[in-house]
Amino acid sequence: MRISPWSTPVLVLAAVLITFVITAGPILVAGANPIEAYTAFVITPLTSQFTLLEVLVSATPILFTGAAVAIAFRAGYWNIGAEGQLLLGAIAAAGIGTLVGGLPGIVALPIMVAGGAVAGAAWAFVPALLRVRFGIDEVVTTLLLNPVALLLVNGLLHGPWRDPVTGFPESPRIAASAEFPALIERSRLHLGFLVGLVVILAAWYVLSRTPAGLRLRAAGLSPHGARFAGINVSRTLLGAALVSGAIAGIAGVSEVAGIQNRLTGGLSPGYGYTGIVVATLGTLTMPGVAIAAIFLGDLSIGASSAARSLGIPSQLGAVVQGVLLLTTVALLAMRRQRSGRTGEADKGGSVTGDVAAEGQPG
Amino acid sequence: MTAHEPALELRLITKRFGDLVANDAINFDVRRGEVHALLGENGAGKTTVMRIAYGLTQADEGQILVGGRALVVRSPRDAIAAGIGMVTQHFSLVAPMTVAENLALGRSTGLRLKPGEAGRDAAAVSERFGIRVDPSARVEDLSVGQQQRVEILKALSRNCQILILDEPTAVLVPAEVDALFATLRELVADGLSVVFISHKLAEVRAISDRVSVLRRGERIGTVDGGTDERELARMMVGRPTFGVDRPTDAAQPSGAPILRIRGLSADGPHGLPALSDVSLHVRGGEILGVAGVSGNGQTELVDVLSGMRRPTAGSIAVTDVELAGADPGRMMGAGVGRIPEDRHASLIGDLSVAYNLVLEHLDDFRRGGRIDERGIRARAADLIERFDIRARPDDPVATLSGGNIQKVLLARVLSRGPRVLVVSQPTRGLDVGATEYVRSQLLARRHDGTAILLVSEDLDELLALSDRLIVMYEGRVVGEVAGADADLEHLGMLMAGRGRAA
Repeated sequence: MRISPWSTPVLVLAAVLITFVITAGPILVAGANPIEAYTAFVITPLTSQFTLLEVLVSATPILFTGAAVAIAFRAGYWNIGAEGQLLLGAIAAAGIGTLVGGLPGIVALPIMVAGGAVAGAAWAFVPALLRVRFGIDEVVTTLLLNPVALLLVNGLLHGPWRDPVTGFPESPRIAASAEFPALIERSRLHLGFLVGLVVILAAWYVLSRTPAGLRLRAAGLSPHGARFAGINVSRTLLGAALVSGAIAGIAGVSEVAGIQNRLTGGLSPGYGYTGIVVATLGTLTMPGVAIAAIFLGDLSIGASSAARSLGIPSQLGAVVQGVLLLTTVALLAMRRQRSGRTGEADKGGSVTGDVAAEGQPG
Repeated sequence: MTAHEPALELRLITKRFGDLVANDAINFDVRRGEVHALLGENGAGKTTVMRIAYGLTQADEGQILVGGRALVVRSPRDAIAAGIGMVTQHFSLVAPMTVAENLALGRSTGLRLKPGEAGRDAAAVSERFGIRVDPSARVEDLSVGQQQRVEILKALSRNCQILILDEPTAVLVPAEVDALFATLRELVADGLSVVFISHKLAEVRAISDRVSVLRRGERIGTVDGGTDERELARMMVGRPTFGVDRPTDAAQPSGAPILRIRGLSADGPHGLPALSDVSLHVRGGEILGVAGVSGNGQTELVDVLSGMRRPTAGSIAVTDVELAGADPGRMMGAGVGRIPEDRHASLIGDLSVAYNLVLEHLDDFRRGGRIDERGIRARAADLIERFDIRARPDDPVATLSGGNIQKVLLARVLSRGPRVLVVSQPTRGLDVGATEYVRSQLLARRHDGTAILLVSEDLDELLALSDRLIVMYEGRVVGEVAGADADLEHLGMLMAGRGRAA
């Protein structure tokens, strides 16, 4: 079978190669050999067991947020608020985690995960409701709720939840039975990674195998066509937003229960926003999200070790990530424009149609 | 330049969209100090030929001459440089900006924009052309009529000698129409040439020196502006009906009406009333044709019946079930099948043919919690065979031709055995074979006793298929005629809003 040069895997691979060419400049400026740097970024972390596990650890939160963003985007609901929803999930986990000390882990952990999911969904609910009821742009509302969530975290940490012993702005440590167990002895890789894979699998199943998933995709691809076919688009968007918020909330649970064991101000260095990058690089498909999350995890571990071994700024990892996002988006946009042009011959019916925008001369 | 020399001349302009010939070797000219109307039904090619003159579209063949000299018009920039201006149906104004800023946008070449200067310039052109506008008003606060004045002023301020107005009265209230005509008469007296695109007979007669009539991309003729309305109507729509394929011996419509609409009103896209007090009924085995120039409420009528628009008043009953305000799901549940005007937007282009075929009743294809893929594919294979759809079940609908997309819609709707069919522009843009197929399917449904409401801009189609015809004008039903022996002239008058005069 002939592979189209515009198929998604080819496109993403091309984006990676173009990114490497573009970022060679900054790397040279930083005084390193680009080939060496890319080897350090991408290959080196995969060569030892310790770093490999660290890659998976850093992929864990963005596995969740990537899936959360991808589900919302597939429905045509532009949830930019995964960051805030994650923080709400973290708050819930830190709260519940201190209360379930008497319960065995098998009971405590599901309660904590459910609590985080509900908290994340609740944070996502208000903008979603505003969108379907009043048509208020969710890009703005979900985005603006992120700093509000962070203020809520800091308010708690500097107020009622301040550690009574040390006086640090950190919440009390959660009960031992509420901590996510390590998947591999003496590593930081925790249960959250497994939960993330389960979430990805479940999301994939729902999207591709169930009527609800088909309705969600239809609503995202063409709200008008979906509505015409009798699909309740508002309810579908609301559902997608809530599920998206819930998954982002579990990301917060995973970080609290698996890494920090308490709520801290630096819990998330922007995992919610990185989720948007992951979802985009993964072209909004669940297998794509899994690969993209692990690739970005790889890149972030690689960049910090390259900073030590090659003496270049670790921020170069973020530069590579940013350029990769831009090239991927650019290539996807080019593909969309191509298909738009070839589809045009069919639309000759509207001979009298006006163009909305007359070329503005002068 | 003498008075009779054409200011703008189009020679043998031909434009094709796929198989459709939008303009077929059209000749047209407008003289200095003249209003020359382009009259025709929707889809006649009026707008297309003028978009070519203004550079918004390029002709496949033909020549454009300004002041006797051949001109290459690749974009509006070329047209404007040659003194051609056009006010399209959708205005190209920047809504949050002031009138003065919008006028300056159309002219400025330098890097800087001086606010004071823009205001003075705007006041000056307003004064010079006698078109009153407030330079400091924001465009979004203006009425549509005022916005149109700004558009005209924008064109004039670029030294336009030839002004093309595309259906300028469509958006105006009667008093604004009078004001527009007064302005145009003064401008023409000063030597401006105006091309006036319209399908309204009364207005064309009121303002034009000459009238050219287009029909199906061809120029039928050019007559004096004083030509009487009957003659113009006949030129616009009158042609011998051909190929009446409705079997006259078929079962006559019988029994009680299945679809009954009473006093139905609805608003259009801008919240203005678009449908007022429409009452009609359709019997089983009957095709009721809805004629009318587009934009007279037909779209809103179909939208309401599709469940896509809430009526503001009135009743819709299918047998005895009241459906006013129902959503698409309830409409379908009550047995209303819908073949909409915009077939592309009513399917999901990026989803497969198979999914689109079952999207209206997805719940019939679930097994446990999951989609019954095998059932869907079997259904698709069956419908593709029965409705002769040239596609595979997995092909995205967007990759299909217009005719096959329409067949997908037909298959989706007809396979569910609707009691009422609401069909809009079912053959627009389709080739001959697909057109024939769609019409034969509608007639087969009529034979089976379905009540069919058929909205079309194609008069031949309406005359060929309809048992009865109603005409809509400005949101109302203005007349009803029998389908078989409709008087074309009478129909043309009704469509052009001259029902009472006929």
